[in-house]
Amino acid sequence: MFSTLDMHILEILCEDARVTPHEMAVMTGSDEATVNRALESLREAGVLVGCQTLINWERTQREFVQAVIEVNVLPQREKGFDAIAQRIMQYDEVKSLYLMSGAYDLMVLCEAATLRELAQFVHSRLSVIEGVTGTSTHFMLKTYKYGGVIFEPGADDRREAVMP
Amino acid sequence: MQYERVINPRVANVPPSGIRKFFDIVRQMPGAISLGVGEPDFVTPWPIRDAAIQAIEEGRTQYTSNWGLESLREKVAAYLRMRYHAVYDPKDEVLITVGASEGIDLALRALVCPGDEVLVPEPSYVSYAPCVTFSGGRAVPVVTRAEDGFALMPDMLAKAITPRTKALILPYPNNPTGGVMTREQLAAIAQVLRGTDVVVLSDEIYSELIYSGHEHTAFAAIEGMRERTVTLNGFSKAFAMTGWRVGYCCAPRELLAPMFKIHQYTMLCASIQGQIAADRALGRAFETNFEDVRAMVRSYDRRRRLMVEEMNAMGLPCLEPRGAFYVFPSIRGTGLTSEDFCTRLLRQQHVACVPGTAFGASGEGHIRCSYATSMESLREALKRIRAFLNTL
Repeated sequence: MFSTLDMHILEILCEDARVTPHEMAVMTGSDEATVNRALESLREAGVLVGCQTLINWERTQREFVQAVIEVNVLPQREKGFDAIAQRIMQYDEVKSLYLMSGAYDLMVLCEAATLRELAQFVHSRLSVIEGVTGTSTHFMLKTYKYGGVIFEPGADDRREAVMP
Repeated sequence: MQYERVINPRVANVPPSGIRKFFDIVRQMPGAISLGVGEPDFVTPWPIRDAAIQAIEEGRTQYTSNWGLESLREKVAAYLRMRYHAVYDPKDEVLITVGASEGIDLALRALVCPGDEVLVPEPSYVSYAPCVTFSGGRAVPVVTRAEDGFALMPDMLAKAITPRTKALILPYPNNPTGGVMTREQLAAIAQVLRGTDVVVLSDEIYSELIYSGHEHTAFAAIEGMRERTVTLNGFSKAFAMTGWRVGYCCAPRELLAPMFKIHQYTMLCASIQGQIAADRALGRAFETNFEDVRAMVRSYDRRRRLMVEEMNAMGLPCLEPRGAFYVFPSIRGTGLTSEDFCTRLLRQQHVACVPGTAFGASGEGHIRCSYATSMESLREALKRIRAFLNTL
């Protein structure tokens, strides 16, 4: 069961993963040892699985392509979709993988340096996996928002500067 | 045209808000961080905004009943009963107003005769005393002190009551001090008021923003106090809806009827889209067990603790505020007046705070810092305040 402290910690980290345990202790009226213990048990419970920085790569010189690939698969006896998902998630090109309801089964978010590499990944590695019955690839053109953060500016504080 | 001859001196003599000056400076200062903002840094949650958009699309552009939308009044009554054990009949004891501010104005105009006194605890929100003056009354400050957690003390109240005392404004949780009053403290106030005809205007606009396990008590829920209480509240703070201008006032029908009369002839009603949005806000809060509100409070709470810790650490003694979203540290140790402190801090480090004196003379020696600002801005502001203190 999650405590209020756990909830505070997750909300703090969601906003800014750089906050130190000491600062978290100040913000929650707790002490550093307690916060560290809570962090540890959140890691052990598989709640905290890692942390990354949000980068708007479109503002850099880096060349890359991203695609969403809808994948239809034949679920396997006993293992359902998990076995195929296990195979697909091993590839470095695969950044995210979801099991979906609706017209297709797995959604694969892929990234590669060039269009050719991505095409190669789809036709020579993904679509040949046993059990994959069809793929449909959509290239991403622009990121507006990711991880709850709007990438392009314009969401300024619109409040009056001083108010009673 | 000799304007000074036509303007009502009662209005002309009220000085402009002390906050204005800072506002004008900040506006022209790029990169300034403002801790002077008295409103949430959240935007109204999307489902609430969506309800208003839908209302416009459906052509709901008319007046509402002078009382406000019936379904909204019913939700307000249910909310006050459920959350604070304050019981009002949605039919004629709940009035939807243009912000809680309108409610204050209505109550004062309905009650105050020329020369009547209205007790105003200080420091408190900048509008009370001017509104008393506009209504023809005399605002009598009742000082509250840091050592009492800025709560109104019964002995101070008793001393201030005279035969001319018409009303007491009870602004808790308090802007600017963050002070709250416990049930026991309110009961002691009630004890002083029993047997008098003093009406209490209980401004509870920050009732949802409460920390450290404190629970808000509505003054109307204190035994015997309902009959003399006007409960004022609204959607601005709890639901981040300041710009929608929707509030409400609740009182026994005998007290509310004259207020309603003024509202009916002046404001008519709050905007229908605002009322529909407010209706959605409460409806959604009931459905989700106030999760949005609680998440907001958790977020304010973290910033509050950071502010208190840092202010104390840099030598500005700061009481732990248990309500609203302000800290009110003492700057006496610097030897500066609040006004000087704020002006110099703004000029040197580009951080805007509000001098305590804006909230009454007894606010001297304090500054108000709002923590309804992003954690990043708060950290930067604290760094700059520290740098400023090092130059003194």
